[in-house]
Amino acid sequence: LSNKAFPWFGMDIGGTLVKLVYFEPKDITAEEEQEEVENLKSIRRYLTSNIAYGKTGIRDVHLELPDLTLCGRTGNLHFIRFPTHDLPVFLQMVRNKHFSSLHTALCATGGGAYKFESDFRKMADLQLHKLDELDCLIRGVLYIDSVVSSGPSECYYFENPTDPDLCAQKPYTLENPYPLLLVNIGSGVSILAVYSENNYKRVTGTSLGGGTFLGLCCLLTGCSTFEEALEMASQGESTRVDKLVRDIYGGDYERFGLPGWAVASSFGNMMSREKRESVSKEDLARATLVTITNNIGSITRMCALNENIERVVFVGNFLRVNTLSMKLLAYAMDYWSKGQLKALFLQHEGYFGAVGALLELLHPS
Amino acid sequence: MAECVRLDSSTSTHTMDKSITLPPDEIFRNLENAKRFAIDIGGSLTKLAYYSTVQHKVAKVRSFDHSAKEASSDKLYEISVQEEVTARLHFIKFENAYIETCLDFIRDHLVNTETKVIKATGGGAHKFKELIERKLGLKVDKEDEMTCLIKGCNFVLRNIPHEAFVYAKHADSEFRFQTTQPDIFPYLLVNIGSGVSIVKVESEDKFERIGGSSIGGGTFWGLGALLTKTKRFDELLQLASKGQHTSVDMLVKDIYGGSYGSLGLTGDLIASSFGKSATANKEFSQEDMAKSLLHMISNDIGQLACLYAKLHNLSRVYFGGFFIRGHPVTMHTITYSINFFTKGEVQALFLRHEGYLGAIGAFLKGAEEDNPNQYSWGENYAGSSGLMSVSPEMNPMQRARSGTFDMLEMDRLERKLVNLPLLQDPSSYIPDTVDLIEDALAREYWLYCFEDALDGVVKRAVASQPDMPEAAERAEKFRQKYRHKLQTLRQQPFAYGSLTVRSLLDTREHCLNEFNFPDPYSKIKQKENDMALKYYQKAVKSLDELSWEERQFALVRGVLAGNVFDWGAKARPWLIDSFDRWFERLKGPPHRCALFFVDNSGVDIILGVMPFVRELLSRGTEVVLASNSGPALNDVTNGELQILTERIAAMDPVIQAGLSEDRLTLVQSGSSSPCLDLSRLDKVLANVVRERKTDLVIIEGMGRAIHTNYYAMLSCESLKMAVIKNSWLADRLGGKLFSVVFKYEVPDGQPSQDSAAS
Repeated sequence: LSNKAFPWFGMDIGGTLVKLVYFEPKDITAEEEQEEVENLKSIRRYLTSNIAYGKTGIRDVHLELPDLTLCGRTGNLHFIRFPTHDLPVFLQMVRNKHFSSLHTALCATGGGAYKFESDFRKMADLQLHKLDELDCLIRGVLYIDSVVSSGPSECYYFENPTDPDLCAQKPYTLENPYPLLLVNIGSGVSILAVYSENNYKRVTGTSLGGGTFLGLCCLLTGCSTFEEALEMASQGESTRVDKLVRDIYGGDYERFGLPGWAVASSFGNMMSREKRESVSKEDLARATLVTITNNIGSITRMCALNENIERVVFVGNFLRVNTLSMKLLAYAMDYWSKGQLKALFLQHEGYFGAVGALLELLHPS
Repeated sequence: MAECVRLDSSTSTHTMDKSITLPPDEIFRNLENAKRFAIDIGGSLTKLAYYSTVQHKVAKVRSFDHSAKEASSDKLYEISVQEEVTARLHFIKFENAYIETCLDFIRDHLVNTETKVIKATGGGAHKFKELIERKLGLKVDKEDEMTCLIKGCNFVLRNIPHEAFVYAKHADSEFRFQTTQPDIFPYLLVNIGSGVSIVKVESEDKFERIGGSSIGGGTFWGLGALLTKTKRFDELLQLASKGQHTSVDMLVKDIYGGSYGSLGLTGDLIASSFGKSATANKEFSQEDMAKSLLHMISNDIGQLACLYAKLHNLSRVYFGGFFIRGHPVTMHTITYSINFFTKGEVQALFLRHEGYLGAIGAFLKGAEEDNPNQYSWGENYAGSSGLMSVSPEMNPMQRARSGTFDMLEMDRLERKLVNLPLLQDPSSYIPDTVDLIEDALAREYWLYCFEDALDGVVKRAVASQPDMPEAAERAEKFRQKYRHKLQTLRQQPFAYGSLTVRSLLDTREHCLNEFNFPDPYSKIKQKENDMALKYYQKAVKSLDELSWEERQFALVRGVLAGNVFDWGAKARPWLIDSFDRWFERLKGPPHRCALFFVDNSGVDIILGVMPFVRELLSRGTEVVLASNSGPALNDVTNGELQILTERIAAMDPVIQAGLSEDRLTLVQSGSSSPCLDLSRLDKVLANVVRERKTDLVIIEGMGRAIHTNYYAMLSCESLKMAVIKNSWLADRLGGKLFSVVFKYEVPDGQPSQDSAAS
């Protein structure tokens, strides 16, 4: 049995969201039960008996990994998230539950581990053990992919991405994953080339990420949450906002092999006042989504070519409940590479950094 | 995507009143000879191109028939002013609002009935097709936009020195012009229209669109119009230049509290564009949003350009399209992005005539039967507006300019121009010694100097045409034109590429030609040549009487003395003095062939250069004398030199033998400048130099050896000789007025001829 004292947490504090993974041991012996302090019990009960915490905390129940054996213990792995701007509320709760009496260190990654380190110390009397976010990300991806055996396959792709009728989600085995391009789409985007668990490099990144989608949608439509923005996008039509190749050339631009449906200028129709007045908020949300997603696709494709890698794994919370973007990415990778590139996705899209932080707690590297 | 923005009425028909603010006959010049029209209609600007023939006066010299016992005149040769027809390309850029007025004007003045077709390109071409056909009665023939763009780009890169520049907002001089590359290919052209097209150009006819992006100028404009109350592109840029993106963007430090050290990401780096606006309860200023948008789009384009450049292993990346078009704001953000993503390995390059590429290309497509690419062309400084800064806060003059007309004129040069084959490294050769853009003190001095000298030039011009009563009026027009150019250059030193003494001199020559003063010095030159010739035999005789050692010094002294009127006894050592090494070299084996770039008429060429040439010939060295193709100041022209050489040959058997044995050759430089650009020389000269295995280059005079080529590195031995006739310049070089420069150079790695001799 692991001698690591409970509770087991891993935390990833990003620019927009805090991701928390919590291991709930199910193999607690009577002896342990006896010794378990009240604080620990109360935390476990609070986390496992609720699926929402405060106004904005959410447990992604569908992602829960039950009966997981971790470090010699068996239990359930829970996935929880809340907005980074509610971190003070979280810290207050941590303080109320006397978390500090249980632990001296909490493994945390993401930029917030650095930015809020002193807040953790001052407000909750907690010392953060800070970890590099990309190290954690890769460790988390490889771990989750290796332990998920039952239920839906962790890794999947879209079959026939260029045909809307035949397009279908299919399981994929990441048995021999290297080299792979790992594209993490959070508020911004990081693109990593991974050659082995310990050998990777950050190829590049872009500031046009999930934060840009949400930020622009808030400004353009007055919405305030990712879910709202996505909902609007799903009902809109981006071709009213974007200028397509066919809008300019009447059809395909054959000289350069550009199909008429391709976007020539994102938001290009919005140069015209009339057209600005005729589009809906839903159209604008959809165009924003398409613009950001396609741009990530382009940059990824160029990186894959430059690094000579054919497999691309997209992760990050931008893809949460965002099948639209995933299908767009799958399509773009396939179409523009003439079938050379494969876009892969993972069920636990945004939680890998937090998982990596948890693993670091149990097996310091 | 590369297409220019398709017009919508809201963006094109603003404010501008439709009256033309300049007299149109000064804009659409030479319409009576115009043929081959092309038009490029973009989102807001129209560019018109046409070809014309220009009749202007040139001074010709003709030898008298001396077999008639030279009784007719005591003059050496006769000067006549003749009409010459040369070809010129006109490019005019104006706002779309003026298009009807301009078409009306052209129709009223178009004489040439051979013209049946107008080539058209640009996104607006089909919108105005009907209008053009109706107004001009010409058939509109559409050309592919990208093909035109690339053709135009190749043309300007090849024919206009200092076409490309690097933009550095915070440097002393924002514009750093690039030297013309001997081979312009391969390169990447990133055209930022409403979308972005990335094109790899491998040769004149081979190019490929290797990629692009939908996030371009249209995204900036469209999203910008949605986010702010501003609907015009230029105004959005202005808004952006006043904003702070950090209130809208999520920076690395907003996430990390500082930098992300292990990845080398600084705290100020944008982690998520618009990341802070993901909230319903906060207002953001229009300026800040516009700025954030500008950064987002510029960074994205820069990143993609870098990825494509890397994949295709290209280091020359030019940016164009309406998003760039001379806007300092976007040039800065694109430059920043390229520097960031390539860590300085790739430089973002911009083009002075970027806005004209489509029109030039469309024109060239229509002119293929004239094969314009077989000629060299030169920017006519007199007829071209030059690059203007469009940043309103940087330059208030600019505001007045929008609503007027921008012009580019290019003259077809008589000769095809190429590099001197003897340049050590053609790609790094810079003709000019001082860059007046970077050197503010020197700029001030020379601009003053040229302005100060203007009265004298005007007087000389008038005096050169005593039989023409309207000469005074023309000279006055010349004065105004040139003074205006000088004033423009004071405001915008970068207007015509690098500002140099050479460009100031050349601009003056172009302006003089424009007002039909082709050769104000012709009579003075004639008189001086005539006089000097009388002393030739005596001079040669006295040189021949000297010992070999004495003579070598006297010959050098003669070239230097001939180059200046006020030659006194100049004690050695001179300011730059490698005479001893030259002297030692002369004891060795003769050179195979010397190329001599000559300078002034009169004493200089006849009593200085010719005896020197005579000595070289006597040593067994072949000599190629390179003189100007056309007149400039009192420099001897090829036409004059032909006659002078004949006359000297008649008196001097050495020169006579040289000519008849083809060991003395006269070639023209291809230039009409008092300075010398070794990267733009007559192709014939280059061939002769190569065939004769030239191993010595002699450059004489202040314009050619000091203002230019002072630092030129040649792959063979070279001799630069001049007397500094300007006290300011002498002071700059650490000497006094009339200091002597005698610079003998042997390229590194070449075995010393001293030892070869022994």
